[in-house]
Amino acid sequence: MAAEALRVEGVEKRFGALTVLRDVNLRVDRGEVLGLLGDNGAGKSTLINVICGFHRPDAGRLLVDGTEVTLRSVDHARSLGIDTVYQDLALINELSVYHNMFLNRERRIGPLLNNRLMRRLATEHLRDMGVDIPDVTVDAAKLSGGQRQAVAVARSVYSDARILLLDEPLAAMGAKEATIILDLVSDLKARGDMAIVIIAHNYAQALQVCDRVNVLQQGRITFDRPTADTSVTELTELMVPGYRNRRGARHDPRAEGA
Amino acid sequence: MSDVTVRTGARQPPGALLRRARDAFLRRREASVLVVAIGLVVYFQVATPIFLTTDNLRNIAQATAPTAIVAVGIVFLLVSGEIDISVGMVAALAPYLMHYAIDLYGVAAVPAVVLALAISALIGLANGLITTRLRVPSFVTTLGMFYLLYGILLTTSHAYPVAVPEAAKGRLQAWLGGADWATLIWCLAIVATFHIVLTRTRWGLHTISVGGNLHGATEAGIRVNRIKVGNFMLVSVLGALAGLMEAFRINSIDPNIGGGTRITFTAIAAAVIGGTALAGGSGTVAGALIGMFVLAVLQNGFNLIGVSANPFFLIQGAAILFSMIANQYLSRLRRRGGN
Repeated sequence: MAAEALRVEGVEKRFGALTVLRDVNLRVDRGEVLGLLGDNGAGKSTLINVICGFHRPDAGRLLVDGTEVTLRSVDHARSLGIDTVYQDLALINELSVYHNMFLNRERRIGPLLNNRLMRRLATEHLRDMGVDIPDVTVDAAKLSGGQRQAVAVARSVYSDARILLLDEPLAAMGAKEATIILDLVSDLKARGDMAIVIIAHNYAQALQVCDRVNVLQQGRITFDRPTADTSVTELTELMVPGYRNRRGARHDPRAEGA
Repeated sequence: MSDVTVRTGARQPPGALLRRARDAFLRRREASVLVVAIGLVVYFQVATPIFLTTDNLRNIAQATAPTAIVAVGIVFLLVSGEIDISVGMVAALAPYLMHYAIDLYGVAAVPAVVLALAISALIGLANGLITTRLRVPSFVTTLGMFYLLYGILLTTSHAYPVAVPEAAKGRLQAWLGGADWATLIWCLAIVATFHIVLTRTRWGLHTISVGGNLHGATEAGIRVNRIKVGNFMLVSVLGALAGLMEAFRINSIDPNIGGGTRITFTAIAAAVIGGTALAGGSGTVAGALIGMFVLAVLQNGFNLIGVSANPFFLIQGAAILFSMIANQYLSRLRRRGGN
């Protein structure tokens, strides 16, 4: 068994009278890709925000590499190697790829940017990660959706992220574009030291790279199984609204009939 | 292969190289306005032989420099996604602040200038904090600040111009705009410095990021409010400097320096004509200087060839609209084109 990277234990999060997360337990190991599935409003975003240090949980605890941590901020989480990549927010269109790679971590000579060094490092790093960007001096605006996401992931990895949360990395992406990301995730997984959580709507694609799948429903993890032991059909049935309120049926949806 | 790959290579039609060179030039933001500037200089020199004389160039420099200095600040603020329409009033108030400090409180001249700049920085700080912390749109914040400062200016000065304080005369006055070309030298130094700041420093990069993608910049850990507030302060200080230099140049402190909104709007026009987007995220300091130069040359050239000054605003308006439309086209070109 690989080393545990992140453990979420009994996490609860309330906003006023609304309880968004209740007793959430989740674990992801080094070298593992976990798919976190759930419908809109299931609490996915809140859970990500708890893990990335944006929200403080009202109850429960987080363990990073087996050590309990209280995340004070997103920056604090990042310093512990937890980083989130959001599809839309990731890059600044107006900046070149290499400036994006080094945004807020610029290399400088005195007060001036060391553009030559950043260009070289960005080119090398992207090549090492197998991300195909012909020229790092082009503006991010010129990249395709898959390339943008890949650059954002590469940036996180470059800044020593070891627990990577990918928020809807495949949303609104064509098959070819999605391949770029899925390949990248496979490569990162092969390194063995990264723990990756993919948050997704589209589980058919997510299943291709995930080792294990968790389903979040109404603020609880209702399903946790290795990808090999489940199927798109099973997950679909699980997520169909009619099944939501009959929790008892979740282990064998077919018994309830359609 | 990715979508970004440039389609170079194999067989290019003969005109392609030329077209690529043209596109590469046009992709420089300053390009279109530079072409216009050169065209105007050539036209006016042909139309009137005195256009390129030293005396006339000094006129153009004096018309360009103070507003171009303000435009530098405006570019930073526009790029970071905000606007300041109170800066012209800061320009008018700053010389009075110096005058009050010297003539009413007996402060020495140099500290009085520094004090005027510092108070102006605080005005920028107030604009910035109201905009970022209290989330009032900067247009409204600075509109309020405009009237507030106007009120302070008129109340304290009783709307009368005053002479430049004796203590500030001599070398200080000469250095700060009194001497020939002094304002232009300041202007060129400021433009050069801030061109580098915008394109080659962390502050510039973060200013572009904040204006281009506020959420993305925040995600990257950039302190976006600090960037914006800093740029509000920059505009105010540059506005104050421009106002002080105008006062020293015309040897009088006048509540109508900058004509209230004129210096602000001309500076915004210069920035926009120079290729800075009002929407934030992109802009050029050098372009703003050239934009201001174009506006000054237009006004000056019209005077020289005896055309009434009245149609000038017609041209200025058309120039702003034209350059905005051209910018839209060029930014599409930039996005589409290869490297």
